[in-house]
Amino acid sequence: MADIDVSGGDSGHKKGPGVKKAKKLSTRVDMTPMVDLGFLLITFFIFTTTMSTPSTMKLFMPKDEKDQKDLTEVKQSGALTILLGKDNGIYYYEGQLESDGSNFKSSTYKEIRDEIIKKKKEVIAAHYHSPACDKLQKDAQDKGDPDWKDACKDKDFVVIIKPNKEATYKNTVDILDEMTINQVKRFALVDITQDENSLVKATEQSNGVQ
Amino acid sequence: MPSVKIPRKSTFTDMTPFVDVAFLILSFFMLATKFKPPAPIEITTPKSVSSEKLKEQDAVLIEFDSTGKVYFTMNTKTQQESDKQLKRDLITEVNKNRNLGLTEREIQSFTNYSTVGSPFSELKTLLDLPQDQRKTVKQKGIPVDSANNELTTWIGAAKVAFQGRQMFYMLKGDNKAKYPSFKGVIDAMKANEEFKYKLITDPKTVPYGTDLYTKRESGKADEE
Repeated sequence: MADIDVSGGDSGHKKGPGVKKAKKLSTRVDMTPMVDLGFLLITFFIFTTTMSTPSTMKLFMPKDEKDQKDLTEVKQSGALTILLGKDNGIYYYEGQLESDGSNFKSSTYKEIRDEIIKKKKEVIAAHYHSPACDKLQKDAQDKGDPDWKDACKDKDFVVIIKPNKEATYKNTVDILDEMTINQVKRFALVDITQDENSLVKATEQSNGVQ
Repeated sequence: MPSVKIPRKSTFTDMTPFVDVAFLILSFFMLATKFKPPAPIEITTPKSVSSEKLKEQDAVLIEFDSTGKVYFTMNTKTQQESDKQLKRDLITEVNKNRNLGLTEREIQSFTNYSTVGSPFSELKTLLDLPQDQRKTVKQKGIPVDSANNELTTWIGAAKVAFQGRQMFYMLKGDNKAKYPSFKGVIDAMKANEEFKYKLITDPKTVPYGTDLYTKRESGKADEE
């Protein structure tokens, strides 16, 4: 089936007339149907298979503190607030939001990493040793961290993540992932405030996001 | 005049190596394949750099799809009777807390297939359906808004059922799901004093040059 007979039928006449030749049967097996079947099965398994097993990402949420005095305080100099909006919109500001919104900036999911890294470096550069650091350093040393001396340097760096109602789950996970990628040790998932939300809405409108 | 003879070549191709490779690939796929479990809910999970593998164990799986409908599933390690008892404990607890008045048959239906995505008002009707219909029927999703967060009851009941056993909360959300449904799920957990979750994601590679990249390169294990 897979070959065309081209032998022409004149083989074996060299032996001369009268010599009876034994009829040789070919040992070749036509493999075409087998290949057909093989590939059919391959296609079937390729389509039904799930290759990548899903991974899990850990998320620890803090308790909701009812008492105002139990709330964690964040140093203004080390805070970076990231706001997530509609249509993969991402906005951020450093420290506290100015009342006129002058430090409110837009970004993208690609560029936000640079902002986080920049801010982290800034906080580390501004770090000075305080008694509170000793405990953190000791903890890291106990854990066997070779860089335990640096354990305290970014202690004031806190990223506050505030998704609004229009942000998707993917946006939230992406930004949480960004925390892992940049080794941000302190971050919080917080509800967006009214003021921030209206600022995000206003920016979206001026940018023409539907 | 001598005629030039063109040697006729056989068109027969030896297919043996071809077959060898084909069957090698075939056996690879047959061994590596893991059939997709029948998923009643279509969910495309987001990606993360997390390297921890998902383990099938005692867990409460909370799924939310692209429209924000929330589904609750109870996974147990095995399908044995003792584990079915856990599911029975859970549904009995829910039944008691919410006065649903479920019959024995409906409780049995839940123990056999524990994925639920209906508000309590429709739970009885849902559990009355035969199992294969339950998998295909359109459900409204468990309400998770702050006014009526029914998932809180489910998680509370799961806590009671899994008492004394190690269990996990797994969250599986669709890319397109909006943040409020995620928040609703988290709120339901928080109301039950549960603060540790595992988000199910697809793996992705760590971007080059980032802090995590340097850390993984240096061979340090990920922080717990």
